[in-house]
Amino acid sequence: MTQSIFSWLDERLGLTAIYNTVLDRKVPKVNWWFTLGSASLFLGLLQGITGMLLSVYYVPTPDHAYDSITFIMNGVQFGWLIRGLHHWGASLLILTAFIHLLRVFFYGAYKYPREFTWFTGVILLFGALGMGFTGYLLPWNQRSYWATTVGTEIAGTVPVVGDFILRVLRGGTDLSAVTLSRFFSLHIWIFPAVIIATVITHLYLVIRLGISNIPDKDS
Amino acid sequence: MGSKYRSPTIDRRSFVKIVTALLGSMMAAVVGLPVIQYFISPALKKDVSDDWISLGPLENYPLDIPTPFHFTLTRVNGWERSSQSYGAFVLRRPSEEIVVFSDVCTHLSCRVSWDPENEEFLCPCHAASFDKFGGVTSGPPPKPLNRYEIKLEENQLFIHFREG
Ligand code: HEM
Ligand code: FES
Repeated sequence: MTQSIFSWLDERLGLTAIYNTVLDRKVPKVNWWFTLGSASLFLGLLQGITGMLLSVYYVPTPDHAYDSITFIMNGVQFGWLIRGLHHWGASLLILTAFIHLLRVFFYGAYKYPREFTWFTGVILLFGALGMGFTGYLLPWNQRSYWATTVGTEIAGTVPVVGDFILRVLRGGTDLSAVTLSRFFSLHIWIFPAVIIATVITHLYLVIRLGISNIPDKDS
Repeated sequence: MGSKYRSPTIDRRSFVKIVTALLGSMMAAVVGLPVIQYFISPALKKDVSDDWISLGPLENYPLDIPTPFHFTLTRVNGWERSSQSYGAFVLRRPSEEIVVFSDVCTHLSCRVSWDPENEEFLCPCHAASFDKFGGVTSGPPPKPLNRYEIKLEENQLFIHFREG
């Protein structure tokens, strides 16, 4: 029964072909450093799932943001777990992505024909950093408030256009309800949209071009 | 790998598959089961109110005419503290009997109002009517208007408000 449902679907959707190209593809002999891309992907998915769950209770306005997070921590069962995963996952994701980048760099895996894969990876790293920066403001506690004050102030030191960038980031001169709202929108819609599109491109290229060898002494 | 490392019962491929499936399900369960609690726990929490509410001196209420009274209570829902308003109708019978109705329609909880002309309570939502004593005279409500438990203290009228 399951067998016949599967072959019916397989004939129409090409599931076996997808499985073979995505998971059963040929790879050179590699080591543990090669798992960091997958680790980053897994953590990214976990951020997505826990983030969606946080948005069930989180409210992005100055009068409710802090209280809604207190409610997540104390009023909802396992709220501490969901928030904790999201909180620590964010730092761990940046870490795995960065070590992944170092692996690619030291093995020279960014060279022809994989320059564009490297380029999409850089976008992903900046996307993750952007997620971290915008997410950090959302709890609206003293630490987030001052971190974002300082962060936007740093952007303001850019010559000539600095003041303009600072105002665009804050949505005005001050850090305010407008800032919280736009950071929330960036955090749950705009950055995720860019990141998802870029992850798809990145993985397409990895599968299309294959994984590079560990370079030997001659190369 | 040399054949002396090879298991006679299971090949490497199936072993990896089984371990992956096992670890995967364990991780899914660790995240998945708490998620169910995470979603439903606020629904299981009861915010109980149990209070005697003063409706003022009895003389404020005319004889034999259902007269509205409104009060607000503070309720805490999640991160929000809000005041909810409630309504009641006081009916003082010439026999000195006192009845206080809730203004919540027993059909689907719209608020009823008193129509002095036709001497009936009307619910705007599905055109129901109740007589002066709260009994259903037309429309879908399954039972008469709810009555509050009351008490009199030094000629002050109180109702017993319970919710949750
Ligand atoms: C690259 C992926 C992501 C990273 C690096 C990231 C990072 C962060 C950080 C650092 C915080 C502050 C947490 C804290 O200090 O407690 C945060 C909060 C939050 N994030 Fe994300 N996030 C990511 C993805 C998402 C996604 C996809 C969503 C929703 C669709 C989301 C929704 C939220 C919400 C609602 C909060 C506020 C709750 C809180 O601060 O605990 N996040 N995020
Ligand atoms: S709610 Fe009153 S008639 Fe339906």
